[in-house]
Amino acid sequence: MRHFLDFEQPLAELEGKIEELRHISDGGDLNIAEEVGRLEAKVEKFLRQTYAKLTPWQKVQIARHPDRPHGGDYLGRLIADFTPLAGDRTFAEDRAIIGGLGRFRGRSVVAIAHEKGADTKTRVRHNFGMARPEGYRKARRLMELADRFKLPVLTFVDTAGAYPGVDAEARGQAEAIARAIEACLDIHVPLIATVIGEGGSGGAIALAAGNVVLMLEHAIYSVISPEGCASILWRSGENARDAAEALRLTAQDLLRLNVIDAIVPEPLGGAHRAHEAAIAATGDAIEKALLSLLKLDGPSLRTARRTKFLQIGTRGI
Amino acid sequence: MSWLTNFVLPKIRAVVAKKEVPDNLWHKCPGCGQMLFHRELEANLHVCAACGHHLRLAPEKRLAMLFDDGKYTVIELPKTIVDPLKFRDRKRYADRLKEVQGAKSGARDAALVAHGTVGGVAAVVCAFDFGFMGGSMGIAVGEALLAAARLAVLQEAALIAVPSSGGARMQEGILSLMQMPRTTLAVEMVKEAGRPYLVILADPTTGGVSASFAMLGDVTLAEPGAVIGFAGARVIEETIREKLPEGFQRAEYLLEHGMVDLVVHRRDLKATLERILGLLCRKGPPALAAIAPPHTSERGWDRA
Repeated sequence: MRHFLDFEQPLAELEGKIEELRHISDGGDLNIAEEVGRLEAKVEKFLRQTYAKLTPWQKVQIARHPDRPHGGDYLGRLIADFTPLAGDRTFAEDRAIIGGLGRFRGRSVVAIAHEKGADTKTRVRHNFGMARPEGYRKARRLMELADRFKLPVLTFVDTAGAYPGVDAEARGQAEAIARAIEACLDIHVPLIATVIGEGGSGGAIALAAGNVVLMLEHAIYSVISPEGCASILWRSGENARDAAEALRLTAQDLLRLNVIDAIVPEPLGGAHRAHEAAIAATGDAIEKALLSLLKLDGPSLRTARRTKFLQIGTRGI
Repeated sequence: MSWLTNFVLPKIRAVVAKKEVPDNLWHKCPGCGQMLFHRELEANLHVCAACGHHLRLAPEKRLAMLFDDGKYTVIELPKTIVDPLKFRDRKRYADRLKEVQGAKSGARDAALVAHGTVGGVAAVVCAFDFGFMGGSMGIAVGEALLAAARLAVLQEAALIAVPSSGGARMQEGILSLMQMPRTTLAVEMVKEAGRPYLVILADPTTGGVSASFAMLGDVTLAEPGAVIGFAGARVIEETIREKLPEGFQRAEYLLEHGMVDLVVHRRDLKATLERILGLLCRKGPPALAAIAPPHTSERGWDRA
């Protein structure tokens, strides 16, 4: 079953009809082929119009779309010889964050990604992409490994946020996030972070204090979820739409605020409609950033990253 | 509008107001409900005499309490961009900010930075004001910590942070989140300069503040009963759908779980701080000077 967002409903009807017509004939009937062509043109027109003027709230929905490619999909397609490395060496293996060694377009790298899971079973296994302290401690460990062997670090950010649970708090969620941020800022290798879906608050920045921060066209990145913000500032979760507007969480706004460095264009109708194309475009953007960062030596990479973050916050909307 | 509302009512109000007892003479202890007289509270460093509850402290009082002889110099903080997102909820953020600044007469934002000495050791203190929008961290607060760190490096002083904050300031959105790496950098500057960075976790220290500079201290102290954690208790309860354990996210709970070094009563805070700074900076009893290592050039193998 394909999943359609509420504003995509006309799409569901059109595509349903196309599906039906295709079922009737195998393309032999000329009239039907013509009708399918006509409907497909309609689909494209609808997508072009809708996706050209998405509201922030619609982007929130797209960023969280269950069919959107997740961290594991990016690692699967972009990282050859991927060798997952598990555990924080202190308490447990946290599958909300996956990471390991691999080859990105011929180069050895350390890749780290949030994984939300794709169905009930894998969602539970990956805790919906919400990491506990062990996830951040593993990320830190892998970043230090990368630093030791001078390997670039690529991170893929997609999380609603750090897991809010008693166990996570008891084992120092705050400290684990703080240390992961510190690790991002400390290493002497290129760190390229890409927000592929949801950049949820502390859980996101723990992997995203990079030399270059990329963001997919319809991804979001925010200090708090629109729902959380609405329930605090408007005293009602109903105002999530308003909060999504006010928070300026779209890639386009964040580029204007100097918080991210570039936007990766998504295929028409969003990454959830064309995984392969979205992931390939992300790979191209990462490669471009990596090639320019590889010209710098270790200390310069570290200094550049620090200077970049010190300069954030001087520009408004 | 009538003569009655325009003239008589204000008169009556004025008379009634005069008769009222100034409301700041008595404080109700949030811990036990006991009414506490302001002078006694002041003498007791805002700790309830009945139950030991540590009340939140205004930053000026915090500074006076920590620095030697209560003497310190507040530094002018860099001017930062105001309302960068043009944020508006039920109210404009710019108006909200002005309102708080007006009520606080003089305070520009939620952090105050001052320098002086603590137990004779040069120190810079960055103290949070929970009364200013819940001590929330936006650009101005991040900039305050950076200014404090730069000053500490310049003066070869220790940096002491005293957070009391609900977390990031929502109204500055992503730019508040960016204060997490920025304040982490502030801490790094001080550590790389070889200066001590101490944290006193005051009630409350949560969210983005706890998950950045507040948890990176060389030594981390906490005040008794302070709420310290990342996620809010309500959010956790909603997620796990069960009651939270007794004392959850309190300073003592964190001590038990290995997340802070010491839980220190406010009356012992300055002395503890002085002792730690003295030990870290090797500023100790004069007798120590007598056992300094011998001069290297006098060593046998140096001559050979």
